[in-house]
Amino acid sequence: MQHPRESGDVCQQGGSQMIRKRALENGMKALFLICGIVSVAFVLLISIYLILAGLPAIRQIGLVKFLFGTRWAATASDPSYGILPFILTSVYGTAGAVVLGVPLGILTAVFLAKVAPPKFAGVLHTAVELLAGIPSVVYGLVGMILLVPSIQKIFSLSSGACLLAAIIVLAIMILPPIVNVSETALRAVPKEYEEASLALGATKMETWFRVSLQAAKSGIAAAVVMGIGRAIGEAMAIIMVSGNVANMPSLTKSVRFLTTAIASEMSYASYGSLQRQALFSIGLVLFLFIMLLNAFLNLIIKRGGKEP
Amino acid sequence: MSHHLSPKRRLRDNLLKVLLYTCAALTCCLLMIIIGAILWRGLGNLSWKLLTSQTSYLADTIGIFPNILNTLYIILVSMIIALPVGVGAAIYLTEYAVNAKFVRLVEFATETLTGIPSIIFGLVGMLLFIQILGLKQGILAGGLTLVVMVLPTVIRTTQESLKTVPTAFREGALALGSGKWHMVRTVVLPNAMDGIITGSILSIGRIVGESAALLFTAGFGLVLNGFFESLQSSSATLTVALYIYASERGETGVAFSIACILLILTFLLNLAANQAGRRLMRKGQ
Repeated sequence: MQHPRESGDVCQQGGSQMIRKRALENGMKALFLICGIVSVAFVLLISIYLILAGLPAIRQIGLVKFLFGTRWAATASDPSYGILPFILTSVYGTAGAVVLGVPLGILTAVFLAKVAPPKFAGVLHTAVELLAGIPSVVYGLVGMILLVPSIQKIFSLSSGACLLAAIIVLAIMILPPIVNVSETALRAVPKEYEEASLALGATKMETWFRVSLQAAKSGIAAAVVMGIGRAIGEAMAIIMVSGNVANMPSLTKSVRFLTTAIASEMSYASYGSLQRQALFSIGLVLFLFIMLLNAFLNLIIKRGGKEP
Repeated sequence: MSHHLSPKRRLRDNLLKVLLYTCAALTCCLLMIIIGAILWRGLGNLSWKLLTSQTSYLADTIGIFPNILNTLYIILVSMIIALPVGVGAAIYLTEYAVNAKFVRLVEFATETLTGIPSIIFGLVGMLLFIQILGLKQGILAGGLTLVVMVLPTVIRTTQESLKTVPTAFREGALALGSGKWHMVRTVVLPNAMDGIITGSILSIGRIVGESAALLFTAGFGLVLNGFFESLQSSSATLTVALYIYASERGETGVAFSIACILLILTFLLNLAANQAGRRLMRKGQ
């Protein structure tokens, strides 16, 4: 494409300056392109390295034995590498957190967006934002000091560090993002919908639950999937409250998640050992879980966008 | 109006109301308990000595000064790399790119990166920077890992703010004979500054709060090091130090003090991000 400025440049400036200017322009364009490529390259690198590093152990152990084996004893004299306990713990833990955290989060969002007086909503919103930004180790610490001893006392266990504690911590951790995103979605519901519903004789409650929540459905669904993603990927908070033993999941037993299995053994797994390789395979499994979830999230967002 | 409701409808209405208020109250209680517990247990243990000394077995002292420095170092290293690369990528996507497929590819990549759990970043960071590139555990390997992690945030917020710069500004600059880079540098970037600042603050928040990605990349070291020394020697940031003190040393008092510092830092960063975000919004209108 011929720009009018180019002919003007030639008149005013010498040819060499012109060339230098064009070189600078092209150079900067190339530089920016490289920046864009770098970010794509990172995703590719992560995927490729995870697959490369994760496959050898799976091949050596056997896919079925690895995924469905119920015993993980990497350092035993008769080592066994079954990660079913980790997978099930991650699934149960996430499901538990969602069951507890999602309704609480959505109802709090309804309260914030529709009921609360603006000033109170503002204060609460700031607090929720603060909690959304708090590092996960801080949640782990609070859970370790407040929650674990109480669970130990209530259920008279030898140790309160168990799946239940992890579920509660996860539920609290996914609460702030769910509240935030759902609140935004609820506030974006057109006023006319609610006014029409009220005018038809529905009570405020019926309007909020049947009209506002319905209209904000796709935004809330995205919030829930985000919450699931956060729960399944969390490591440091639950490593501090879940006891970290490779049991099959049970509410009051000490358990180990996919994430915490990696975090707890990586520091002492010796270089090149099957144990270390198996930890990379666990990372690969976790990565696949997340990718599936992402695809699901995109589907929801796309479908939400199509609605009128 | 509610006088005419049937008993069944009124009962359901009241039940929903109770449910709504209970949930809101429960969330409020949780918020207050967590924030209260951190401040209550943390502020009491916080002392000038803790903040300015280092942990030593010989002198039997506990101090988190090295961890404060390490956190600053890692913010510096990550942002020095992530900011130019992220802003550059965003500029390419909004100002230069003509190939829609490539734009979609980059956007898909950044979206994917956002969803990946930090423990996986830690795993790949260790593989890539330590095993393959041969770096030692330290701020450099940790910082590079975090670059990958915060890049999407920088790219997305910059892109959003670039989009708020009116097209007329660009056309005006081009019509006056400016080259594209000249236009970006003198017209577009200054007008997009607020968004870039917001992105930076959000990224810094994420770096400050990160722990799982740093365990195997930046390491557990609690020793005081200079900046260049720490690049290649195991250095724990505040979050990792919290984990060490809480679960390996049983020093919950120190852990709560660190939690308290992190809480205050998060609060300040949120405040700053909101301020910058508000300025951005005003400009967008």
